[in-house]
Order: sequence, then structure tokens, then C-alpha cells
Amino acid sequence: MHKIFIRSFVSSLVLLFTLTVTAIAKDVKAAFVYIGPTGDHGWTYQHDVGRKAVEAAGFKTTYVEGVPESADAERVLRQLANSGHDIIFTTSFGYMNPTNKVAKEFPNVKFEHATGYKREHANVSTYAARFYEGRTILGTIAGTMTKSNVIGYVASFPIPEVIRGINSFTLAAQKVNPNIKTKIVWAFTWYDPGKEAEAAKALIDQGADVIAQHTDSTAIVQMAEKAGVYAFGQASDMDKFAPKAVLTSVENNWGPYYVDRVKAVANGTWNQKDTWHGIGDGMVVISDLDSQMPADLRSKVKKLQADLASGKVHSFTGPIYDQKGNLMVAEGKTADDGMLAGMMTYVKGVEGDIPK
Amino acid sequence: MIIDINFIGLIIASIMASAVPLILASCGELITERSGVLNLGVEGMMIIGAISGFALMTVTGSLIIAIFGAMLAGVLISTIFAFLTQTLITNHVATGLALTIFGIGISAMIGKNFVGIPGKEFPVLFENLKDTIPLIGPILFGHSIVFYFAFALPFVTNYFLKKTKLGLIVRAVGDSPVSASNQGIKVRLVRYLCILYGGAMSGLAGAYLSMIYTPQWIENMTGGRGWIALALVVFSTWNPIKILIGAMIFGGLTIIQFHMQAIGVRIPVQFLTALPYIVTIIVLVVISRDSRKIRLSTPSSLGKSFHKDN
Repeated sequence: MHKIFIRSFVSSLVLLFTLTVTAIAKDVKAAFVYIGPTGDHGWTYQHDVGRKAVEAAGFKTTYVEGVPESADAERVLRQLANSGHDIIFTTSFGYMNPTNKVAKEFPNVKFEHATGYKREHANVSTYAARFYEGRTILGTIAGTMTKSNVIGYVASFPIPEVIRGINSFTLAAQKVNPNIKTKIVWAFTWYDPGKEAEAAKALIDQGADVIAQHTDSTAIVQMAEKAGVYAFGQASDMDKFAPKAVLTSVENNWGPYYVDRVKAVANGTWNQKDTWHGIGDGMVVISDLDSQMPADLRSKVKKLQADLASGKVHSFTGPIYDQKGNLMVAEGKTADDGMLAGMMTYVKGVEGDIPK
Repeated sequence: MIIDINFIGLIIASIMASAVPLILASCGELITERSGVLNLGVEGMMIIGAISGFALMTVTGSLIIAIFGAMLAGVLISTIFAFLTQTLITNHVATGLALTIFGIGISAMIGKNFVGIPGKEFPVLFENLKDTIPLIGPILFGHSIVFYFAFALPFVTNYFLKKTKLGLIVRAVGDSPVSASNQGIKVRLVRYLCILYGGAMSGLAGAYLSMIYTPQWIENMTGGRGWIALALVVFSTWNPIKILIGAMIFGGLTIIQFHMQAIGVRIPVQFLTALPYIVTIIVLVVISRDSRKIRLSTPSSLGKSFHKDN
């Protein structure tokens, strides 16, 4: 409770300040609403990197950080729309309903909602990244590099985005190494370095020698470095936090999309759409591959990356079975976006149950 | 699943490491509360310690300056609290909450430039002895100096409160400031010092998180541990040894539930995640159910302002 209070208090201060600052400009103005602090070095941080790209392209921007996914979001959105912003990016799933509600009241303001699926009004677009493509690459590397055949995976919350990542990772790892076992631990947080480190340590103590993560902080790669096992960076290139442990990172690269959309508003060409970009469009970026990886693995990964980008390879290509052995995707077929968006079952080979 | 003796040693060692910040902050707050002052600003003082330690380490490169600087930062911010509650006689609860909000805000502001910088490696002691004794080796050796300090602290605190004259003075001030004042004890001075000591320990707890446990700075990285430390003080009925037990149970269950998940125990994960909170409270309530002892150890004037002239 206190957090929400502090957050809304801080966000109203920030809002007050930023609104005063931006009220004087006259060109296209973009606003960004963040769920976390820009100092999280994860999800929000990467969105803010994207915002800075918009600034660099010559547009005025505003941001409000730490906005709860509640009635507060509506209030913040209304204030941003009222204060002359032409396009507003809402960067968390929970802003879906507030975004659509406020969009109805301000038909002349464009709204862009990240990771959602509701576009109830003509001025609402949605966008998301195909992070699971990145996880196909990580799975391939993990399956090849593991010696204990036990791979640890620190997960955050049981939502389709995370389940899709686990599945994509496991399918790729099994493809290169049928003997691997993926152990999943749910931390029930996006962002708590202490807890994330403890979860990683538990997996390492139980024999995992490669750790993947779907939480935001750098604590996990640092723990991996200390314990002498491999890990992957999340959201940004985390190599400098753990030079020996990090084999590569999957980076969220929102900048090009943001610049594109703000320019579209400036040119009057903005239209409603649903964007789901992956490696091919540069929204998902694979950082440099570590030299500890054997040369043939590196070239294999490069090729896989190119094939995922061109669409020649799809992360979810049949035959794919669920844990009970029921066919999910038939041989030669690939999972469609509808299935991916609502994916709430583990594929065969993942151990344990999805927390309900 | 391999259960060998060293595996158990490793688990116990990680439980102890996770208990360190709770023990430090709780033992500091315990002294503050024993002097009759309720400081709810632990979370704020911890986060200030975390950013100060990390920033000083990055800027000066010296771990010693960073550790002591973090404690000093804790002292400084608790001085604000002490001035408000002791000199201006403000309400303890409201001032403490304000301190937490202030700490979180100001740490985020200072910390803006320190996000995304990796921390330094903190030296550990007796690393080479770790493998000499099975089970005991990983538990006893290969930890930072702060770790050893934290595990000595509850015993030192216990001794201080029960066996020393200063400890008696602190307890007297907490139980009956009026009588203590009549005996010639400077109540306000004692309370000031106890608040500053609590600030130093909270600062150290924060520095442990940002410099040793997870060497990095990100906003809100204390993640509510200050509140847990506060709860431990109350549920341990102001007894430092029970604080140690509570912190170990809390840290232990957090880590063991991750192990249970990884092994594949079929218990709902949400229940496992709630387990540390539930069990710690139950155990501490059960071991502290002697109402006579609770009465003796509860500072009778906790949270009440002391006016010199009444």
C-alpha cells in the first residue's frame, strides 16, 4: 500500500513538473507512461532509452514514471492528453483499459498501448515485441553449453508472455539436446534483486549450470558469475555485470518504433495498427555472442538469427505437444499469433505445473 | 536430486546471507525502540544506506569509505528524525513514515547516475578454509566481514541491554522516561543516540544489499526488507536472540521454497511464496507467548513523546 501511495505521490510531482516544462512547446509532443522507475535497468529503462531516441529525432517528450495500473493511470492519461500531447505511449499491459477509456474522450490524441490487444477506438494502436524469438536463440545456446543437462529458469508471473518464453526456450534447447531438463522457479516479482538472486542460487545449488531469467534485474547474472555458471541478459546488454557468465542478452529495442510513430503523427500519416515485431524488424536485438561459445555454435546462432529474421524459421514449428502429449501444432505448421498471444500451457518437456 | 552434506551446507550458508540485512536493521531498530522511540523509517534509512554505499564505492573506489559512508548516511537521515521527534516533539509514526517516503525519493534522485553500473567485488574472509570441513566449512567460512558482524550483533546487543549500565539506562529511558529523567538521566540525549545508532545499522543493512549481496544500484532495491525488519522487532518481543531466529526462519523459508519449486514439490507456488511470512509470525508468536516476559521486555513508553517539563 505504501508503495502505491509513494508512487502516486512521486508521479504527481513529476507530472506537475513535466507538464509545466512542456506546456510551452508547439510541435508534436509525445508522452510516455511507465509502470516502473526509469532507474530499474530493465523494462522501463529500455522504454526510456526509446523515448530518448524520440528526443534525439527532434521531438519534445514527457514521461511519467511509476504509474500504478489503476484509476491513477486514467488520471495521468487524462492530464497528459489535456496538456497538449499529440501521442501517448502506455508501456504496460495493465494500462489496457485506462488507455481505451481515455482515448474515447480525446479522439484527436493518438494512443499507443504496449503488449495489449484492445483497440476499441480509431486512435488506439497496440504494439509488442516477439521476445520469444530471442528465447529460441537462448534455448539453442543453453542446450549446447550445458554440461549438467540441468537448465535453471527464473520466471516472474504466470502470464502468456512468460509461458511463451519458457516454451520457446525449452523447445529450442531440446532440439539441440534432448536430454536437458528445464527447472522453473517462480519468483512472483519482476523486480527484486535479493529475491531473484536467491532464486538463481537455489537453481545453481541444485545443479543448473545455465540460468535463464524472465525478471528484470542484473542480480541473476551476477549470482551466475559468482557461482561460475552461464546466464543470459534480460532487456538490456548485461555483459558488463557478469563478463564471464553472460553468453548473450536479448535487448528490447523500442527506439525505432517510437521514432517512426511520432514522425507519422507529425506527417499526418498515423493510422491504427497492431504491431508485433521481432528480430527481423529490429525490435528484438541479440547482443554480441560471447567468445566462450565454440565457433560452430556461434555461426549456428548467427544463422538461426538470420532465419528467424527472414521468417524461414519460426520458434513454434510443429509437431509440438503439450505436457499431456496432446498435439498443439501439427507437423509442418507453425503456431498462429492468436495461439501465441493466449498461450497458457507448457509444451512437452517442461517440468511442473503452471501456478494458478 | 542429490542431497549430500555439502548441499545442505550451501543452503544454510545462503539462508544466513539472506538474513544479514534483516538482522542488522532489526538489531538497530531494537535499540531505538528500547529507548522508547518508534522509528518506522527503517526502509527509508536502508535505501539511503544502499545508494550511499554504492555511490561512494563507485566514486571513491574504496570499500571502507563506502561502508562507513553508508552508516554515516544512515546516521544523518536519522538525525532528521531525531530532531523532529525529540526536539520538535512530532508524532513518531507520522515522522517515521515520512522518513521512508523521503528516503525512497531522495535515493532515486541520487541514484539516477548510478543505474547500470556494475558493483565491485567485496572481499570474503577464510575462503580457503571453505572446503576443509564438510557441512560446517561453507557455513562458517568465505563470507564478508559484514556477515560475521551481523551474526555477532544479536549476542552483543543482548549482552549490552542485560548486563551493562548503558543498556540499563536505555531500557530505563524506554520504560519510564519521567523516572529516568528524575534520576538525572538525559532522556533526550539517550534517545538521540539510540536513534542515530538505529540509523547506522539500517544504513549498513542497505549497503550490504547494494555492495555485497547484489552489487548494483536500482531504485527501490531494498524491496520492503525494512518493513520486515520492523515486524521482526515487534514479533520477537524486543529480544535480539529471537530476532536472529526470526530472520533465519524468514530467510530460510524464502530460499527453501525456491528449492522446493526447483525440485518440483507439488504445492501451489503462491502458498510457498506466502510461507516465509506466515511461519515466521507463527513461530515468533509461539516462542514469545509468556505474557510476563512480554510485559518485561516491551518498552512501556514506546512511541510516546517525552516533554521535559512534565
